Amino acid sequence: MNPNSLVSIDDLSKEQILQLLENARYFEEHPNHRILEGKVVATLFFEPSTRTRLSFETAVNRLGGRVIGFSDASTSSTSKGETLKDTIKMVSNYVDLIIMRHFIEGAARYATEVTETPVINAGDGANQHPSQTMLDLYSILKTQGTLSNLTITMVGDLKYGRTVHSLLMAMKYFNPTFRFVACDELRMPREYIEFCRKQGIPFEEHTDFSREVIDSSDIIYMTRVQRERFSDIMEYERVKDLYTLHNSMLDTSRPNLRILHPLPRVNEIAIDVDDNPKAYYFEQARNGLFTRQALICNALGLTLPQIIESGN
Amino acid sequence: MSNKTELAVAALRNGTVIDHIPSDALFKCVKILGLADTTHRLTIGNNLNSERLGKKGIIKVADIFFPEATLNRIALIAPTAVVNTIRDYEVVEKRAVQLPHAIRGIVKCDNPKCVTNHEPMATLFETTGDTPGFIRCHYCNHTVANNKATIL
Repeated sequence: MNPNSLVSIDDLSKEQILQLLENARYFEEHPNHRILEGKVVATLFFEPSTRTRLSFETAVNRLGGRVIGFSDASTSSTSKGETLKDTIKMVSNYVDLIIMRHFIEGAARYATEVTETPVINAGDGANQHPSQTMLDLYSILKTQGTLSNLTITMVGDLKYGRTVHSLLMAMKYFNPTFRFVACDELRMPREYIEFCRKQGIPFEEHTDFSREVIDSSDIIYMTRVQRERFSDIMEYERVKDLYTLHNSMLDTSRPNLRILHPLPRVNEIAIDVDDNPKAYYFEQARNGLFTRQALICNALGLTLPQIIESGN
Repeated sequence: MSNKTELAVAALRNGTVIDHIPSDALFKCVKILGLADTTHRLTIGNNLNSERLGKKGIIKVADIFFPEATLNRIALIAPTAVVNTIRDYEVVEKRAVQLPHAIRGIVKCDNPKCVTNHEPMATLFETTGDTPGFIRCHYCNHTVANNKATIL
């Protein structure tokens, strides 16, 4: 097991998170940096995810590294029945870093246990996706100037949305106030409510996406409400439009409010919000590049002074 | 009834008596301890009266002394269990079981998408500080109540 592997946002301390965010800011100012000259990185995507894969591969390329890998398990030996362990051990012989995405939950944790090569989890089923959380944190820091003492409203699918769960866990260091806005069927799970109570994090649960909630938020984190999550299709039809954000709902919101969304969106944010300066979801995706550059360097044990020196 | 239980314990010359097992967990304990195939003299009692539990189960096995780690595995489903070590008809040690932080290879993860259900590997669960009475899969983070855990 390599100590620089990153499987879950929980693996990082507050200091590590802040350092990674600082490194990401450096990469935003200096995106092209040939510090990975001579290094080979594998992107093993057992499940297709074009957005995440392109973001990671761009990050490696901008750092001067080379990429090998596959974007679909059907083109790998997995389709011949090879175990995950064997695939990881084989690839470990060739590369300096493995970035992997898998539809099986816990696949990344297991991969870290069978190799000495560092592994970055680029998503394992509904479980963890730490690079998404890092880019969310970076987006919050960049738009608010701080991570501390913010009121964050999470809207939509709070039951299955792994991005909101990971963000909630990571924010524990920064004294947040949470609002959870969801229908009963997609409420924030008990274990995360318990987590807030244990950590002394103030929170409110709402079923109504009201003006009062919007006007007292610094960040609104929207998520997609998926039809397949509902056991009762009538219930889906009833609630699907209750959690859609329209531009007119933002009239009296705070000037510093920003709207985040992990993308892809469907209809939970109306198109008319896109031109509002408070809409931040497209820039948010762009921040993924810089935070992934920071995560890649961290996984290879490269510190900020080393990164800066390599640029000179 | 309680007199008879004590007499039965005293009848064991050397071995282990595990008492105060919740009745519904008794046969799971037998399974976890691997006693189904033992050739040693084994007595299993169930639905005995118990002041603490209402009904309880008891396991007596001659000439077997389990390592502490093995006994602690049953704490998951039988946290009330008390282990008596018998040598030469005397109870030489009496202690409660204690749930270890890491529980390896005993509990099946109920998440069908968990890696432990797809790869040839041992399962691993951990106790959680946040929610006592629940264990969490080390791999997929699925949580389950201790007494609802599926034993492999």
